[in-house]
Parts: sequence; structure tokens; C-alpha cells
Amino acid sequence: MRQVTASGQTVEDAVQSALKQLNTTEDQVNVEVIDEGKKGILGLFGSKRAIVKVSVAENPIQLAEDYLLNILTNFTEEKVSVERTVQGTSVYFELTGKHMAMVIGKRGQTLNAIQYLVQIMLNRKSNERHQVIVDAEGYRERRKQTLVQLAHRLADKATSINKHVSLEPMPSFERKIIHSALQDNQKIETYSDGTDPHRHVVIRPSKR
Amino acid sequence: MEALIKSIVKPLVDNPNEISVEVKEEASKVIYHLTVHSEDVGKVIGKNGRIAKAIRTVVYAANTDSKKRIFLDIM
Repeated sequence: MRQVTASGQTVEDAVQSALKQLNTTEDQVNVEVIDEGKKGILGLFGSKRAIVKVSVAENPIQLAEDYLLNILTNFTEEKVSVERTVQGTSVYFELTGKHMAMVIGKRGQTLNAIQYLVQIMLNRKSNERHQVIVDAEGYRERRKQTLVQLAHRLADKATSINKHVSLEPMPSFERKIIHSALQDNQKIETYSDGTDPHRHVVIRPSKR
Repeated sequence: MEALIKSIVKPLVDNPNEISVEVKEEASKVIYHLTVHSEDVGKVIGKNGRIAKAIRTVVYAANTDSKKRIFLDIM
């Protein structure tokens, strides 16, 4: 945690001087007044300067971003940059850099593991519960399109063979993509079966 | 590799100074043995070992240049 002690003619002056040193704004810090100072007689005798201790409040989302960057730098041994978007309690991190294919991994398993770790870390530091999405090179969107296509293809298969069709195990946010892609299809029904990490979507022909 | 393991584990535990990673090299594998403060064991393993599994996924994926398989032992 960064903090400085600063002095000034008044408490307000001291705080402003501390903010300048920390290069931040008043809403991002905690201020502790050590000495309120004294004006003194005619501003000459017995005056005492005000002293404050100002520390930068730790922003959990910033900590999560630092954590993510730290992991990725150690992982790829290259410079990786992160762009952050916060929407309500969802935090979206978009990564750019070298070796992104390695960061994503087979079917996104490495990316999902990193995403899970960042979410755990963020929710440990924060009082609110956040949902974390880590994305690289538009992987999430590409994966979504693949899953939607797969869903429609397997829905057709389920109706033509008139049997249940099971998909491979997926994390909850990917299963959700399948369920919502098929929710308007009257010929089939979808549900999830098994327990994590083996939970998977099953498509079955609707009973008439 | 030790730096990666430490960077993942550090912010997850309450006693970041009590993390140690021991490396044991064998003929065909490298074993990284991670030890944390006894109160923090649950935090690196997680419910049904989910956190441990995620840590392993990331660590194993980072092992590209070595011909040896790597293993991560926790406690």
C-alpha cells in the first residue's frame, strides 16, 4: 500500500500536497490527520504545521488486474497488456500479447483456469461478489459461435435419430450458451447432467 | 516456474511469507513441491480441489521448453 506523510499550513493544504506526491485524487485515498496544526498569533508566533498521513486505498479490481498481469508475465515471459471493462459486478479483462494461443490452451482450459483463479482472488479481496471474464484475442466470442453451431447441429441429430445426445463436459458459462441457443427450438429439450467438473449438456427430443 | 507458482499462490493465502517451493529433478520428471502455512492449505486446494486443479492447469501449460514432465505437489 502506497502512503505518504505530508505537512501544510492547514489540513487541506497538507492533503493536497500528499495527493500531488501520490499522483491521485481525493476519492481514492484514506486520510489520517496526525496534527491539525495551529495558526499562531498573527501567523508568526506559535504556529504549527498540519500533518496528515495519506494512503492510497487498495482497489480490489486493480489488485486483480495486477495479479492477472503478474501471472501472465511469468507464464509467457513476454509483455502482456490488459484492457479492463467493469460493468456492474462483472469484470472483463481482454489480453493482448505474444503466445496468446498458449494462454488460451486446448478448448480454453488454461484461460478458464486463469479466469477462475483471478475470480477467487478478487472475491477474496473484495466485499462484493464479482464475476470475472478473461478473454484473449476474441476467444470467447469465437468459442460462442462454435458452440452455437455445435448446438444446432446436435439438436438436428437428436431429432433425426430420436435419441439423447450428450455433449462433452463444459464450464457453466459455456453450457449456458448451449441452453440459450436452443431454448426456442420446440423439437428438443436441453438439460445438464453430472456434477462439476464433468457436468455436461444433454439434448433430448421433446415428448409429444 | 517457481516464480509462476509463487505469483499464483501468494495473493490467495493469508500468510504470503510462508510459501515455499522445493524442486526435485528426476530422470524423466521435475517435481515442484509447494508448502504453505497450515491455515492456508484449504485456500490453495479449494472445494473439491478446484483451486489446486486450476493452479496445476496453468503451471503444466507453462511447461513448454522442458522435455521433462512436471508435477506440482501441494503439501
